[in-house]
Amino acid sequence: MALSDELILTQPVENAAARRAGQRWRAAGYLAMLLAVLVIGLPVYWTLIAAFKTSAEIYGPPTWFPRAPTLANFPAAWNAAPFGRFYVNSFITTLGGMGLEVLFAVTSAYALAFVRFPRKDLVFLLLLAALMVPVEITIVPNYLTIARLGWINTYAGIIIPGAAIAYGTFLLRQAFLALPYEVIEAARVDGAGHLRTLVSIVIPMAQPAIVTMALLSLVAKWNDFLWPLIVTNTANMRTLPIGIYWLRNSEGTINWGVVMAGSLFLIIPVMIVFLFVQRYIVEGIATGAVKG
Amino acid sequence: MRSTPARQRREWLLFILLIGPNLLLFGIFTYWPLIYNGYLSFVRWNFLRPVKPFVWFDNYISVFTSGLFWEIVLNTLVFTVWSVGLTLVLGLALALLINQPLRFRNAARAALFSPVVMSGAVVAVVWSYIFDPRYGLIDQLLGLVGLNSPDWLGSTRWAMPAVIIVYVWKNLGYAVVIYLAGLQGIPRELYDAALVDGAGPWARFRHVTLPGLSPVAFFLSVTSVLATFQAFDIIKVLTEGGPVNATTTLIFYLYELGFVTYDAGKAGVIAVVLFLIMLVLTLIQVRYLERRVSYG
Repeated sequence: MALSDELILTQPVENAAARRAGQRWRAAGYLAMLLAVLVIGLPVYWTLIAAFKTSAEIYGPPTWFPRAPTLANFPAAWNAAPFGRFYVNSFITTLGGMGLEVLFAVTSAYALAFVRFPRKDLVFLLLLAALMVPVEITIVPNYLTIARLGWINTYAGIIIPGAAIAYGTFLLRQAFLALPYEVIEAARVDGAGHLRTLVSIVIPMAQPAIVTMALLSLVAKWNDFLWPLIVTNTANMRTLPIGIYWLRNSEGTINWGVVMAGSLFLIIPVMIVFLFVQRYIVEGIATGAVKG
Repeated sequence: MRSTPARQRREWLLFILLIGPNLLLFGIFTYWPLIYNGYLSFVRWNFLRPVKPFVWFDNYISVFTSGLFWEIVLNTLVFTVWSVGLTLVLGLALALLINQPLRFRNAARAALFSPVVMSGAVVAVVWSYIFDPRYGLIDQLLGLVGLNSPDWLGSTRWAMPAVIIVYVWKNLGYAVVIYLAGLQGIPRELYDAALVDGAGPWARFRHVTLPGLSPVAFFLSVTSVLATFQAFDIIKVLTEGGPVNATTTLIFYLYELGFVTYDAGKAGVIAVVLFLIMLVLTLIQVRYLERRVSYG
């Protein structure tokens, strides 16, 4: 919405000189786009071709196209580390973590927006303050807590400490408050309780905001590295980001083709999903930032 | 709706049920660690011994008087200043150039943004191959102009530039997207008015675009600084903080103290220091946003 193409700045053209200047700027714009796409694309291309090269070719004179394309790197990577297991672990922890975050954000946002409570401002402040504590500095105490609960090397240990959500709660509270109040009021007058109102009115109407929030959560959980690294200690509990790090360390400079094939196991699913939902993610981030 | 005491109590109970789990988890995994970090910073402990002797400010003194700590502070500053500076400047330039009626504009924006959603670990793995001094992409590109690649990740001189390059590569798209949103938020009438006043392109940029972008630029600089303080995965995978601490930042040092050398006390000190720095930054941002809301 905020980034729609109709809003692009078009300057009135006073004369030929100004038009030429405009054309020059536009040419510079295309050049910048080309350069940007090259800078982003080249490393990805380099990864892609390496995955199809034989190691003789990788460690020979450099080439821009695989001379004898091979698929052997993919099964080699798949077998060098338990990638099937990494996928399962990543799916479980991502979906579990995202599910809890969405649930907590929806219920908390509804409570803050529509349910009466004395000193709601204090509750609000308590959530706001949580935004100021980065998870990175909590790793040592949280490790001790998880160890005491006996959750080291378990899905619960990976998921639970990151399940509370403040940012998403505020995003959704904003979205809920922006809904037409008459509709919600009408439902309440008709005798719908809070839970009915939430499930059958508020959630369907605020769906775009919830989807955006869920996608942001999905990306963050899927890519999470530090906490799963700390809280897991056997190969069968690792998630994909830890798995690829581990594969690089064991294969490393020995076999780049295999490591790049393994990297594609991570990059390709994310890119496919991103292709379909990038509008939601990009605009969710942009509007969240610009509205403050 | 009637508001009997019973009804009110039910409403309060519902509120607690709805928001309670979220708050409870914050209590256990966000607020409690803050307190516990403070406590740990005053004890000597290796995670195993049953007793944690209270040592007053010994941990603080030993951290603040070690050369290593100040080296790490300097590393963190270098990493933050370069990463944020490059991201803000390159991001602004790209956003300004792309913010024209161009074809494929949205596709370019999506391409630029795509590294933001990639895992930092896999990005770092890919780049460790690109930086390979004998078989990497950079060596090949430098070879085209007859240069040799430095041993990026193996030299204390080039490891930090390598980390900064990868970090900027991964995060530049975020800045571009935010700047573009900011540019679209500047009212057209301001440009029209400036044109009527006879303002040239530079004057329009200087007096309309830049002031219009300043809230967004401020938001970006604070969030980017905060993000660099939390950057872990790229450093861990690319350099492991090395060679010889050349790329160890505060957050990496905290990880090492906690999970490699098992010094809970010093880890507590670093956590307290990091928290205070980031708290100040966040408060500056909140103050600024409040002012913008009330006067803007």
